[in-house]
Amino acid sequence: MKILEMTAVELGAAIKNKEVTVREAAEAVLEQIEKQEEKLHCYVTVDREGALKQAEEVQKKIDAGEFSGPLAGVPVAIKDNMCTEGMLTTCSSRILGNFVPTFSSEAVLNLQNAGAVILGKTNMDEFAMGSTTETSAFGVTRNPWNPEHVPGGSSGGSAAAVAAQECFYALGSDTGGSIRQPASFCGVVGLKPTYGSVSRYGLIAYGSSLDQIGPLCKDVRDCATIMEIIATHDPKDSTSVERQDTDFTAALVENVEGMRIGIPRDYFGEGLDPEVKSAVLNAAAVLKEKGALVEEFDLSLVEYAIPAYYTIAAAEASSNLERFDGIKYGYRTAEYEGLHNMYKKSRSEGFGAEVKRRIMLGSFVLSSGYYDAYYLKALRVKALIKKAFDQAFEKYDVILGPVAPTTAPKLGESLSDPIKMYLGDIYTISVNLAGLPGLSMPCGLDGKGLPIGVQLIGDCFQEKKLIQTAYTYEKARGAFGRKEEENV
Amino acid sequence: MANIISDETIEYVGILAKLELSPEEREQAKKDMGSMLDYIDKLGELDTEGVEPMSHAFPVKNVFREDVVTNQDMREEILKNAPGEKDGMFVVPRTFE
Amino acid sequence: MSKQYETVIGLEVHVELATKTKIFCGCSTAFGGEPNTHTCPVCTGMPGSLPVLNKQVLEYAVAVGLATNCTITQYCKFDRKNYFYPDNPQNYQISQLYLPICRNGKVEIETEAGKKFVGIHEIHMEEDAGKLIHDEWDDCSLVDYNRSGVPLIEIVSEPDMRSAEEVIAYLEKLRMTIQYLGASDCKLQEGSMRADVNLSIREVGAKEFGTRTEMKNLNSFKAIARAIEGERERQIDLLELGEKVMQETRRWDDNKGESYAMRSKEDAQDYRYFPDPDLVPIVLDDAFLEEIRAKQPEFREEKMRRYKQEFDIPEYDIEIITGSKRMADLFEATVAIGSQPKKVSNWLMVETLRLLKENNMDPEDIRFSPENLAKLISLTDTKAINSSVAKEVFEVMFTENVDPEKYVEEKGLKTVNDEGALRKTVEEVIANNPQSVDDYRNGKEKAIGFLVGQTMKAMKGKADPGMVNQILKELL
Repeated sequence: MKILEMTAVELGAAIKNKEVTVREAAEAVLEQIEKQEEKLHCYVTVDREGALKQAEEVQKKIDAGEFSGPLAGVPVAIKDNMCTEGMLTTCSSRILGNFVPTFSSEAVLNLQNAGAVILGKTNMDEFAMGSTTETSAFGVTRNPWNPEHVPGGSSGGSAAAVAAQECFYALGSDTGGSIRQPASFCGVVGLKPTYGSVSRYGLIAYGSSLDQIGPLCKDVRDCATIMEIIATHDPKDSTSVERQDTDFTAALVENVEGMRIGIPRDYFGEGLDPEVKSAVLNAAAVLKEKGALVEEFDLSLVEYAIPAYYTIAAAEASSNLERFDGIKYGYRTAEYEGLHNMYKKSRSEGFGAEVKRRIMLGSFVLSSGYYDAYYLKALRVKALIKKAFDQAFEKYDVILGPVAPTTAPKLGESLSDPIKMYLGDIYTISVNLAGLPGLSMPCGLDGKGLPIGVQLIGDCFQEKKLIQTAYTYEKARGAFGRKEEENV
Repeated sequence: MANIISDETIEYVGILAKLELSPEEREQAKKDMGSMLDYIDKLGELDTEGVEPMSHAFPVKNVFREDVVTNQDMREEILKNAPGEKDGMFVVPRTFE
Repeated sequence: MSKQYETVIGLEVHVELATKTKIFCGCSTAFGGEPNTHTCPVCTGMPGSLPVLNKQVLEYAVAVGLATNCTITQYCKFDRKNYFYPDNPQNYQISQLYLPICRNGKVEIETEAGKKFVGIHEIHMEEDAGKLIHDEWDDCSLVDYNRSGVPLIEIVSEPDMRSAEEVIAYLEKLRMTIQYLGASDCKLQEGSMRADVNLSIREVGAKEFGTRTEMKNLNSFKAIARAIEGERERQIDLLELGEKVMQETRRWDDNKGESYAMRSKEDAQDYRYFPDPDLVPIVLDDAFLEEIRAKQPEFREEKMRRYKQEFDIPEYDIEIITGSKRMADLFEATVAIGSQPKKVSNWLMVETLRLLKENNMDPEDIRFSPENLAKLISLTDTKAINSSVAKEVFEVMFTENVDPEKYVEEKGLKTVNDEGALRKTVEEVIANNPQSVDDYRNGKEKAIGFLVGQTMKAMKGKADPGMVNQILKELL
């Protein structure tokens, strides 16, 4: 088997069995990066030398028995909004164009302690604000299935890198669908864990109450394995949860007998592409055949999730992004008159249009006289949405639906109308509002040959039910992936 | 569009957010913010009387650290990315009148 | 001036808490470090850093709330206060607006006009800002974040005060209470206690409040008194001229004795408060509050009452000693070792106060231990040293907290009680000072003082003056 075609777990096993060295794995993937990057641009930073150096060190520790985990020696890509000590971390923004963190995010440290080799930092929508990776200040990323199309976003670079075999797995972050939607567009597996499961320490915040780090990977086994490594309690993150049930690989069981799966009718109405609809319903049918109890139900409130989300996320973002002021790090304008002019020029030149749009909106909804009407109202709607999910999970173990209304749009098609772009997040956003885990995995191709994703949503802390359902479906579905000759 | 955003509002929000928009950006921002607010106004359709605003989706509470010094001097790292540094401090435009 | 005006004053008092570490990170709060050496990613607003609350901050805040008769908010949260300024690394300050830790308290104050209550609107926890230093050479400012993230409580009073005397009595009351709790040293000069004065005036008898201004930069009781007088006059002048008082923040310049408005079109004063999503709610049960309540110390009034009953020392001494937690602790500890209360009180009231004043120090800065003071008293009680040597030893003890017994031993300061040696010295002094001897013998009683002095000098102060006197009289 070719190294690049291996899943992360397969490669980890091959390294352990001394069939492949860590260096060989790193070199193979670096070569692939070299071949593909000019076309796809998945990465903002590729740390070639660093990766090879890490490979040597990790190999030694594997040989010495210090690293014995399933992913020791496996090269990984990190979304560029997670701090990596000594490695450029830009959030794909001009304002952090030269920022080199002095510490690494907890999730990255967890991977490194499990023997990961960090290849570099993946491209994203600027500050994770976007669904196409087109708002990056450093150029777009292209979809490996068809470079005319976007990879989705905001973790587009991570998803595309996994799909293009430019890494064996990647970390992304998901505030309103930013792992699940690009996973769907790029035909890979992505999981947004329950809020609080993976430490946010070192993740450069967009919407703090919604942000969550998670894996993008080739299959469900990889997904469960990565989760076991990154889901740890971190006393440095006040919102980090101490969980006892992090043995996610225990849920890799091919059995959905009696699993209660709910299909929200509200997710299959107007706006959903018919090809997406039939592929997703087909996935449900497969699970039913395998013994799951599948039924339709009304979730309600779906159309209120987007306005609530954009109010909350923009408000939090407007505050989170205040620290980028040209004083402590990052971009400072060349010429200015006085303090406030320096602030305004640095920020106006440093941030892109979409980021400015959300900062303006967020500042407005928090401003005097509007706080109650907008921000508090949105938090109340959030409570209602959470309640609707609570009720659904009294009846179902898993909710199944589409990830996005369509497959990957063409480059340049989405950004013109913000509302239309925001509508693309309709199936993913409420999961963040309610803090739930959501998994996206491929379930077919549309007529253009672009991947379609199915989303599995669980109650808080029920990742294992998602993994079990996904694993069972994956076995039934059979292999899915871009063939090497399909490379464009 | 129900929400008409005035020049004054954009100017005011620009002061709050420390953003300076070009005339074109300003017009675009007025339009975008207006349509976003129209969209957000949809929330008004829901009766939320008596609903507690929810900051966190599930209850985590009382997360503390003990009062013990854990950090050593890390000035060098802290200043590493500063656009301007002098005498171990960050340089900013003068703030005193 | 034809009309009679009443001054209405409310205070916002910031108190730096005496924790070892900052409110949201493990950096030291110690004073005097080189710039930015007590900083980390959290208190410098590095991207990706997150705050975690120091539990001691909460305990101190609750303790102050209980001591000032507040209702403790048993479900409380932190909010972000958003404003851009370089001393504020995140460009938002983590504070409390919607659910502050304490509300609806009151404290009793006493002035010459009598006793009254001042209401406390709320107490909230928040983080301090960094320090800006002006660099004349490069015409820029420099930022030091050592103080950034130092825990503060802000105590917001009701507009219940009517004069500078009441304001100062209120501040003294807060200071005593907080010092007694050990929650802060409350030094105005050093900025660990800072007061902003909200002041308005109205005609006597009016029901409505006038427009208030907020005055900042007041770092002594004297400055506060002067600023209140100055602002009262400024507002009266405006009203008398038919002008309006603007609601604004003013900065008091104590050297010039005037204030000026801190206004800028870039300061919108719209802080866009919202709950900080990086921090989780604090839920306090009754047991926690009881635990803090049980740890409350004996406060000043109780202590004064008890001293009056237990110790035979003047009322004035009691007032001074209990006026500082440090002094009161020192007094009690020294007495507990066995020293006589009157003597302990004397050392505190005379020599200690003198040295504090000379060194421009706060009683909270007293460094010597009760053990050493007790030893010193015992050395004088047993006449091992005389009173002038004792004062000399005390001065050293005051600055270096030396063990007086060891110090006296090492420096050989013990009183010479060897009568033979003393008699020999006295004989020499008599022989060398015939004039004074004659004077004394001729009835000039005072001349003996000179001879005692000469003897003491010859003995390098180490003699018991009473004994010298006795021997002199005997030999003459």
